[in-house]
Amino acid sequence: MKSLRLIVPLVVFLVIVVFLWAGLSRDPREVPSPLIGKPAPAFELAQLHAPGKKLGTADMKGQVWLLNVWASWCVSCRVEHPLLVELAKANVVPVIGLNYKDKNELGLAWLAQNGDPYRLSVIDADGRVGIDWGVYGVPETFVVDKAGMIRYKQIGPLTAEALQQKILPLVRSLQQS
Amino acid sequence: MRRLVAIVLLAVAGNVIADTALDARLRKLEEELRCLVCQNQSLADSGAGLADDLRREVRALAVAGKSDEEIKQFLVARYGDFVLYNPPVKSTTWLLWFGPFVLLAGGAVLWWAIGRRRSRRNSDDFKRPDGEATPQEAVEKARELLDSPLE
Repeated sequence: MKSLRLIVPLVVFLVIVVFLWAGLSRDPREVPSPLIGKPAPAFELAQLHAPGKKLGTADMKGQVWLLNVWASWCVSCRVEHPLLVELAKANVVPVIGLNYKDKNELGLAWLAQNGDPYRLSVIDADGRVGIDWGVYGVPETFVVDKAGMIRYKQIGPLTAEALQQKILPLVRSLQQS
Repeated sequence: MRRLVAIVLLAVAGNVIADTALDARLRKLEEELRCLVCQNQSLADSGAGLADDLRREVRALAVAGKSDEEIKQFLVARYGDFVLYNPPVKSTTWLLWFGPFVLLAGGAVLWWAIGRRRSRRNSDDFKRPDGEATPQEAVEKARELLDSPLE
């Protein structure tokens, strides 16, 4: 009975510690997307380099691709950009850029200055498509499979770690299936 | 002419009333929605660019005749339950919703158990060390002794 009196508060305390620890170690900025495992929201947008031409989600059917949301005003896009340039050189997966709430000429100048890793960039000047995709913090990167399903979402800048450990293995396995 | 003026005025007034009703409704709705950029502010209060866009979107949906529930569904489908300040009751939120009541019930049980043990211990004071109740004749004898005049 005496030992129970010691053990019960200790167990309660440990349970509280585990909950608080788990709660504090998570990044509140990372809101899990409800879109993972769902069909990618369809869009058909003008291309940044050729505004007369369009590119839509339908055009990407049948291949695994990445959608990278970027803007010339986005500071952390500069952080991840070298990784995207390298990824483009390796030519493992097409990356479509969604130029989010940007001015065309600023976006074009930014690509000219920093390098253009995108198969194509499309213009989402008013952010409507961004809302459909649940974008809330640029940059964001989505992995879309051959059937047009969103399989993964990276919130915030890509890191070498996320790319090597999550995105590229996922892309490879999706490409084989 | 006067009739025309009256009609125009009525139409304008009708519009203004409809607008303020819509504004009030949107204001109330936006206070229940979370801004994803500055997460501790509601959509109504946030000055973030995305909040502007989402307010515009919410207004467009309301003007198109969507109900508050449909508008919330629109946002939840894109951003998840996190946009709602009032989380829905479902299996993953049972702990959140019912946990406090479980804790309250646990506390009540504990309180009752401790109280019961304490009152039993108090009644033990009237028992002999071997646990048996004081026999009736002993009580009688004690009473007799107490009642007898002092010598």
